[in-house]
Amino acid sequence: MSGVQLMEEWQKIGGMLSHIAAPVPEINAAELLPRNLRRTMGAMALHATIASREAAADAGLDARLLSSGRVGVVIGSTTGSPEAYEKFYRTFLREESVAEIKSGFFFKVMSHSCAANVCLALGITGEQWAPASACTSSAQAIGLGYLLIKAGRQDAVLCGGADEVHHTVTMVFDVLKAASRKNEPPRRTPAPFDRDRDGVVCGGGSGILVLESLDSALARGAEIYAELLGFGHVNDPVHIANPQEAAMSASMKAALADARLGPGDIDYVNAHATGTLQGDLTEARAICSALGPDVPVSSSKGHIGHTLGAAGSLESILSLEMIRRQELIPTLNLSNPDPECSCIKLVMEKRAQRVDTVMKNNFALGGVNTALIFQRWQK
Amino acid sequence: MNQDDSIHRQVVEVIAQEFELDPEKLTPEATLYDDLGLDSLDAVDLVVALEKSFGVKLANEEAIKAVRTMGDLFALIGSLKPSE
Repeated sequence: MSGVQLMEEWQKIGGMLSHIAAPVPEINAAELLPRNLRRTMGAMALHATIASREAAADAGLDARLLSSGRVGVVIGSTTGSPEAYEKFYRTFLREESVAEIKSGFFFKVMSHSCAANVCLALGITGEQWAPASACTSSAQAIGLGYLLIKAGRQDAVLCGGADEVHHTVTMVFDVLKAASRKNEPPRRTPAPFDRDRDGVVCGGGSGILVLESLDSALARGAEIYAELLGFGHVNDPVHIANPQEAAMSASMKAALADARLGPGDIDYVNAHATGTLQGDLTEARAICSALGPDVPVSSSKGHIGHTLGAAGSLESILSLEMIRRQELIPTLNLSNPDPECSCIKLVMEKRAQRVDTVMKNNFALGGVNTALIFQRWQK
Repeated sequence: MNQDDSIHRQVVEVIAQEFELDPEKLTPEATLYDDLGLDSLDAVDLVVALEKSFGVKLANEEAIKAVRTMGDLFALIGSLKPSE
């Protein structure tokens, strides 16, 4: 099932050719949060707060623990709320006046809007961090949470990211000729690794995980979905936009080294693969170079689109669910694998198999390359 | 209905809508901070909402800072919209 739909309003924007996205369905925020919390939240902070509450409840982190100072928050996004930004400039530029600008504006658009609003809503007194690196924001957030816990600075960290569907976000990819233009029917695109793929479809939402030290989780009797074993994080200084096989491959190898695993230990790769011609091809080659040709690979972006700052955490959650089900989910809309990507083994149908150790790749414009390794927890 | 009643009603409507408050609680004696739970950020939005609704400019910052109750607010707006 695809979350992609036609965005009719976008058809009126001059020169914009991509009119599709995977937005979060409408929610009644007033039923979920009091006004004094909502007034400083754009859609991304709202979604991050709801996801954080769900994650904390699922992990059994109660109000006392959340305010103990031992629990932190690392939640990233590409920018602050683009919808709030647009509203500000439309209001400001009308008469070049701030007379109608409300107090919540800055708190919706600041780069740490999601993290700050989550901390306020959940009563966090530990560390607050907000990595902003576009499509790797939440992969970096998970990596940073992992480092904070390893360093003994926090016992647990709510980690992840959020972003929202907005025409100014899809425009970024449209300008770079990297947004899908297959507007009809919307649900047939994006098509990662398919020979007929034509680009990214942006999605929105938030994914939040609770990372916790093993000692703390065991002492609390918390349910452990998986262990985070490795974090590879490599910069590519060659080009600000073009993906580089060497840097992608190096991030995967760094994650393996951090996890003290070999290429043959990975049961499945959840690829970054967004559906762009060059990105998918380069990643396929990098996976083959780092892990060999036999590891099963799929991308979750056919289902949920490219959720940008939320991609790393949402796709990590989907990967953990594959571990829980012991089942691999194929790439939606992948019908005819690109022969150029044939150096990897693409998952073509839903199938039961052993899924104990998973690699989650994410790469961002600007040279950021990340890989996370999760392993099923066994006592 | 005289001009004062009309201003009171409009102020109550604006405040009730802006801050999601029960109009019944917006009595002249109600204090904005303690009774109604508003804070410094709300004070900024209060001015924006009233200026928009009444088409006036609340430029006297000292007079705005002196507002403690709904009654003070009725008086402030009333002073800007003299009865005809």
